[in-house]
Amino acid sequence: MSTVTAPARPALSKLPRRGPGRPVRLWAPRAPIPRRSRAALMICSVLVPLAAWVAVAASGVVPQEFLPSVPAVLSAGWEMAQSGQLWTDTLASVQRILIGFGLAIVVSVPLGLVMGGFQAGQALFEPIVGLLRYLPASAFIPLLTIWLGIGEPSKWMLLFIGTVFFNTLMTADAVRQVPRSLIDVSYTLGARRGEVLRKVVVPHALPGMIDAVRVNAAAAWNFVVVAELINSTEGLGYRIARSQRFLASDRIFAVLIVIAVLGLAIDILLRVLRDRIGRWV
Amino acid sequence: MSLLTLSSVGMRYGAFTALDDISLDVAAGEFVCLVGASGSGKSTLLSLIAGLTTPTSGAIALAGTPVSGPGPDRGLVFQSGAVYPFRTVAQNVGFGLELLKLSKAERRERVDWYLAETGLTALRGKLPKELSGGQRQRVAIARALACEPDVLLLDEPFGALDVQTKEDMQVFIRRIWQDTGTTVLMVTHDVEEAVFLGGRVVVLASDPGRVAADLLVDLPADRELTVKRTPAFLALRARVEDRVRAFHHSSEGLFAAQS
Repeated sequence: MSTVTAPARPALSKLPRRGPGRPVRLWAPRAPIPRRSRAALMICSVLVPLAAWVAVAASGVVPQEFLPSVPAVLSAGWEMAQSGQLWTDTLASVQRILIGFGLAIVVSVPLGLVMGGFQAGQALFEPIVGLLRYLPASAFIPLLTIWLGIGEPSKWMLLFIGTVFFNTLMTADAVRQVPRSLIDVSYTLGARRGEVLRKVVVPHALPGMIDAVRVNAAAAWNFVVVAELINSTEGLGYRIARSQRFLASDRIFAVLIVIAVLGLAIDILLRVLRDRIGRWV
Repeated sequence: MSLLTLSSVGMRYGAFTALDDISLDVAAGEFVCLVGASGSGKSTLLSLIAGLTTPTSGAIALAGTPVSGPGPDRGLVFQSGAVYPFRTVAQNVGFGLELLKLSKAERRERVDWYLAETGLTALRGKLPKELSGGQRQRVAIARALACEPDVLLLDEPFGALDVQTKEDMQVFIRRIWQDTGTTVLMVTHDVEEAVFLGGRVVVLASDPGRVAADLLVDLPADRELTVKRTPAFLALRARVEDRVRAFHHSSEGLFAAQS
């Protein structure tokens, strides 16, 4: 074996030593925190803004039309619920989401599977999908109105355009996470191409796909409100636009709370579904 | 009559030659270990035999039939195991059988036997994330064996395990080999493992990968871990190590040139 001689070590002064930093309890990066601190912080997260709202509204510094008080919002909400208005509006918005976003899922899941599962599929679709997703969906509203009129189809299409590209790319990403070795080993066990897709790629990517839907469901909520603000005769977005004309900000607040609660409910539902299906993760 | 025949197999990636003129015969029922330093293309060779890649020259045949793609007649086990994380132990072992038209009862009977043979019966309903590294490798081996392969290809299957688990697995795989009578071709960089397990040790040289030595292991068929301390074992191990080292010098040249 040949001998290797390293260059002589230069004469250097002693390297200064750094001592440990001041110990921290809560704000050390990525470090776990005590359960009680966590619970306290979580409560603060909701309570502090709520308390600020109550305090500012009660102080009378801001006029009622700008910032309604909590009781005013609750009673406006109760009134809308009593008249059945809130119910029909919610139903109209949810229905639009189910159709528009549902259509986006039906298109984006197979497309994402082709893009993520096949290099040919990626080469064929990624350039165009990657380009289209940068076009803001709201910019399509005038065009959609020209094409489809002011009825339901143009609202479904806005939701569709707003979510389909992102959901496709995120589905493709989930598919690309499937380890190559799992696919190789399946072939050595006798699986054919279709069986590899059905029995290996799809089950492995499924939790990721549900996560994509969960993220994009939030965008779908956004777009349904945007669509209804523009022109509509019912729906939560329409209710907001209409309340504005009467300076009824208490009603706007009530509708916003309904939107937030429904959005959260959808999120939790999808999260539970993902955790059930992705028990193996 | 040899079961697996490699005739002048070569693998080139552009200007780089990974494997050069490899000829090898493996008879039915043999346990052959391929050892070599990194860069000797031993994993590439296994992937060629598995049919996952096609050699750029030469031919591979199993029982006289040319290999044209992957199939269950050549079961493959990776170092990572590559068990399906979304399937339970029993579902993993049954994967290859699901693809065949077997009755549920027969599939279950076969899966049960391989689970028992590999000591996984108690873990049949567990998910891979609940298993240790050694247990996962046993699942991968049982899954390949359930398809009754003519040859079992093992690609550094115990490389990621701790030393104690590794030795347990070595005893385990020799028992499996004796019980099932299957042919095993195993790639490893661990010379001790190769000598302990193999009936034959084939040394691959690196850059390009080629057969440097083909040694018969003259040790009793019934081997316990203590055989590793016998003079016969140590002598053979030293011989193989020397062969592996002899062909590993090429990469040291770079280092020496600096001085």
